[in-house]
Amino acid sequence: MRKAVALLLVAAVGAAFGAILVHIPFGEDKIGVANHYLQNGLSETGAANLVTSVVVTYRGFDTLGEVTILFIAAVGLGALLFSEGKPRDEQPKDEASLIVRTGTNLLFPLILLTGVYVFIHGHLTPGGGFQGGAVIASGYLLLYLAWPQRRVNRNRFSAVESLCGVAFVVLGLLGITSGMGFLANFLPLGTRNTLLSAGLIPLIYIAIGLKVGSELAGMVGDLMERE
Amino acid sequence: MQGLADSIYYIGAGGLILIGLYMVLVKTNLIKIILGLSFLDTGTHVLLVAIGYVRGRTAPILSEGMPETTAMVDPVPQALVLTAIVIGVGVLALALGLSIQVYRHYGTLDVRNIRGLKW
Repeated sequence: MRKAVALLLVAAVGAAFGAILVHIPFGEDKIGVANHYLQNGLSETGAANLVTSVVVTYRGFDTLGEVTILFIAAVGLGALLFSEGKPRDEQPKDEASLIVRTGTNLLFPLILLTGVYVFIHGHLTPGGGFQGGAVIASGYLLLYLAWPQRRVNRNRFSAVESLCGVAFVVLGLLGITSGMGFLANFLPLGTRNTLLSAGLIPLIYIAIGLKVGSELAGMVGDLMERE
Repeated sequence: MQGLADSIYYIGAGGLILIGLYMVLVKTNLIKIILGLSFLDTGTHVLLVAIGYVRGRTAPILSEGMPETTAMVDPVPQALVLTAIVIGVGVLALALGLSIQVYRHYGTLDVRNIRGLKW
């Protein structure tokens, strides 16, 4: 009975989707506001990666809100899983095999390096703060898989996260003091396709990358340690 | 044939969304419901990127040596999906944390056996 109702609902939603998508032709030029970004993005923001110019400059306020959502999710997870003392009836977890431990030792610094590379070059190549942060967090996940008993000092994660969050807002406020508005790109744009270009964008992406990385790593820690 | 090849992205995205919706509605294990949410999430991402695609154009990144007039696809859906993926991770982690607490409290992940969560 329940399955029949669910199937009916799924069919109805599917039909509605189909009816709407019929009117949205695939692969045709239906770009509206983005034409401005495509034509003026490079000259206005200096970022070769136009997705980055949209995320950090044109929709920077939106990104600040999204970083806040991630922060709230991380805080909520920490609050949910916080309990005093050791968890009951959970057998201690064994260490991983030698291969995983050796591989982790070799790979962990390289993973961190890749993450930092991805968010520092966010305005030039595919990638950015969020992707780089996720790469960094995956390194910490590997660490937890190799040594499930290990306790990482998560106060340090919280400190990095808070400082980078504040840095993001302060960089935005500096835009107001320069007379261009919140999160405006007030620094010189530099030459195209060089690391030190695009003004404020690399700075904001470094803050976002460190913040997202420490947030996700803290989430992984919350789920793995559970105490 | 061209029509089918074109709509394959819409069909795939819609399929993922409908599978996710079905899992959320029918499954009784909390973990499977959360997996269903993840399916919904992924389907939405595919749909957004597919809508933003324009035939014959390249990714919106002006690599070295590319003229500024290069024809590119819509960057806005890609930026939206980028943010949506991160939100999806946050939601997933929060939901898993909730289900850990549910398991601690009720000793089961079956929604039929959890008081106040019956349908």
